[in-house]
Amino acid sequence: MLKIEELHASIEDKEILRGVNLQLKPGEVHAIMGPNGSGKSTLASVLIGREGYLVSGSVTYEGQDLLTLSPEERAAAGVFLAFQHPVEIPGVGNMYFMRTALNSLRRQRGEEELDPVDFLALAQEKMKLVEMDQTFMNRSVNEGFSGGEKKRNEILQMAILEPKLAILDETDSGLDIDALRVVASGVNALRSEGRSMLVITHHQRLLDYIVPDQVHVMTAGRIVRSGGKDLAVELEAHGYTGTQEADAGRLSTAGISR
Amino acid sequence: MSAPTTSTGISDEVRELANQEYQYGFVTDLETDVAPRGLNEDIIRLISSKKNEPDWLLEWRLRAYRHWTTLTAPTWQHVTYGPVDYQDIIYYAAPKPKKRVESMDEVDPELREMFDKLGISLGEQERLSGVAVDAIVDSVSVATTFKDKLAEVGVIFCSFSEAVQEHPDLVRQYLGSVVPYNDNFFACLNAAVFTDGSFCYIPKGVRCPMELSTYFRINAADTGQFERTLIIAEEGAYVSYLEGCTAPVRDTNQLHAAVVELVALNDAQIKYSTVQNWYPGDADGNGGVYNFVTKRGMASGRNAKISWTQVETGSSITWKYPGVVLKGDNSVGEFYSVALTARRQQADTGSKMVHIGKNTKSTIISKAISAGHGQNTYRGLVDMRHSAVGARNFTQCDSLLIGKDSGAHTLPYIEVKNQTGQVEHEASTSKIGEEQLLYCRQRGIPEEEAVSMIVNGFCREVFKMLPMEFAVEAQKLLTVSLEGSVG
Repeated sequence: MLKIEELHASIEDKEILRGVNLQLKPGEVHAIMGPNGSGKSTLASVLIGREGYLVSGSVTYEGQDLLTLSPEERAAAGVFLAFQHPVEIPGVGNMYFMRTALNSLRRQRGEEELDPVDFLALAQEKMKLVEMDQTFMNRSVNEGFSGGEKKRNEILQMAILEPKLAILDETDSGLDIDALRVVASGVNALRSEGRSMLVITHHQRLLDYIVPDQVHVMTAGRIVRSGGKDLAVELEAHGYTGTQEADAGRLSTAGISR
Repeated sequence: MSAPTTSTGISDEVRELANQEYQYGFVTDLETDVAPRGLNEDIIRLISSKKNEPDWLLEWRLRAYRHWTTLTAPTWQHVTYGPVDYQDIIYYAAPKPKKRVESMDEVDPELREMFDKLGISLGEQERLSGVAVDAIVDSVSVATTFKDKLAEVGVIFCSFSEAVQEHPDLVRQYLGSVVPYNDNFFACLNAAVFTDGSFCYIPKGVRCPMELSTYFRINAADTGQFERTLIIAEEGAYVSYLEGCTAPVRDTNQLHAAVVELVALNDAQIKYSTVQNWYPGDADGNGGVYNFVTKRGMASGRNAKISWTQVETGSSITWKYPGVVLKGDNSVGEFYSVALTARRQQADTGSKMVHIGKNTKSTIISKAISAGHGQNTYRGLVDMRHSAVGARNFTQCDSLLIGKDSGAHTLPYIEVKNQTGQVEHEASTSKIGEEQLLYCRQRGIPEEEAVSMIVNGFCREVFKMLPMEFAVEAQKLLTVSLEGSVG
């Protein structure tokens, strides 16, 4: 599904990713944890094709070189990012936005577009997953949404667009426990054999709800340790610093998950 | 191996916006009756006699001309262009219709073809949309429709020339009553040399049964355009008027100095909507229309209401401030504007609201979009006089920048001479978010479509003020104007 090898990324001469290696199989959910500034969000940005980075290394996604594709081509290939800070687009209706997005994807894949009526039916079905009501759809994209509403809106888009690779960037940040539960159950409902997920988070808390197959620890632009879901618990107890020191001797084997 | 991605951002692609070919760039070959270049009293006499005008009108023109010779072109506006040689302009050109037009079928086939190219088939308009179209090519009206139906309710909708012949008293009473001949350099020039335009009169208590529409078109080479429009809504009358424009590609700049005067009496309402798409010039800023227009409404009666809604994507230089003089108590003035400048287009535009009557209210919503090397300046005046007790104004100016070479400026002028007046002014400038673009693209929406979507969203407040079919056209126009700006 996804194979990242020796991925480096720098911005304005500052190297942020310093040789990331990671492999994700279909249906797997991997968590990436790490302190602020360790490069987690940069990894997400590079995977979706955000401009501004000088990138080297390779990312193979379903057999193709992901790095040569434009952001919209990556989206059409099934890559989705639930943004950490979803942007507001004033004056553009949420429903209209999502229908345009879905139809763009369908067009790029050579599929027939959905008319507004069919789309509405689909959206209403998916809205139940994240406990959103119709009023969300009539508002402008993310405009005036609370932090929790924005995150739910991201998961709703994921449910509608049905990606093969979903990257969740700090989807738990700024959520109270109830909102976290709603978002996590939405994500869990979307787990399937053909869909892989990369869950980026600071906190072990989210992983109580979205239980990962693998946990990776990222510090200073590298994955320094990988393990099963228990690793997250251990991190919560000892912190990243402890982990980093404890793992100093194991760096050479880190990064390749399986 | 990987493909390095660099950080040039969207500006490279955005730059291509300026290079888009003007979609409506073609010239239709109509026979024209052309006056010699230059301006003097003889030319004005020629125009007046060609149009068989009464003496008072010729005198008015000559007074305007004599005053104009004492004026110099204004330089305060935030635009730059080479000097205009007013002696190198042809002030009169009339297409020769083969015979007098009685119905649409008799309209010059070449002319109809031109409208078809613009997607404005008069026949279709007449049959499908119920819009009466007074088509203006160059300076003379050649086709007017729906006259009978309008006549039934007493609405007069005709070319200005015809109004001079058939309703001279109305013309004489209101001509120059809102924009006097000595108002400003360009309005003064217009008063001296205007050749045609539209005239509209809605009698007392009549709600005009259809939207009135005029499509202006600049056609003959090097012909200055000096239209004059006069709309009068008597007590309790209502009219919605649509103005839309396109122009063919030209190498030399074309001067366009129109004047629009609106008069709304007690309880009358005039809604004036414009979609302007004149040739904006090429990528280097050559050619393109100079659009120096004076548009003003006089809400002279109590509870009168005048709304200007405009979507401006064309012209190389735009210089206009549609305004309302709020003379009647409780009268209302509104201005909703979308102005897009791309390539090397420049716009200095905004609105003037002059509050004279008690409890008068005005709203200004301005959305400016600058792409390529486009420069957009909002310049607005809110003037509350001593007498305007309880007057209120709300102004909102939002600017959206696309690419790094574009500019936006906001210059509000507020004069309040009344302690009870309330003025609110909000302004914002934002760069079209790379974050917004990335968000759309991440969802699979191609860059160009994403830009169009974001821009249309930005303008939604204004678009929703336009009549339905005009709003659709305006959105399309904006999308077409932004095509090639990215990707």
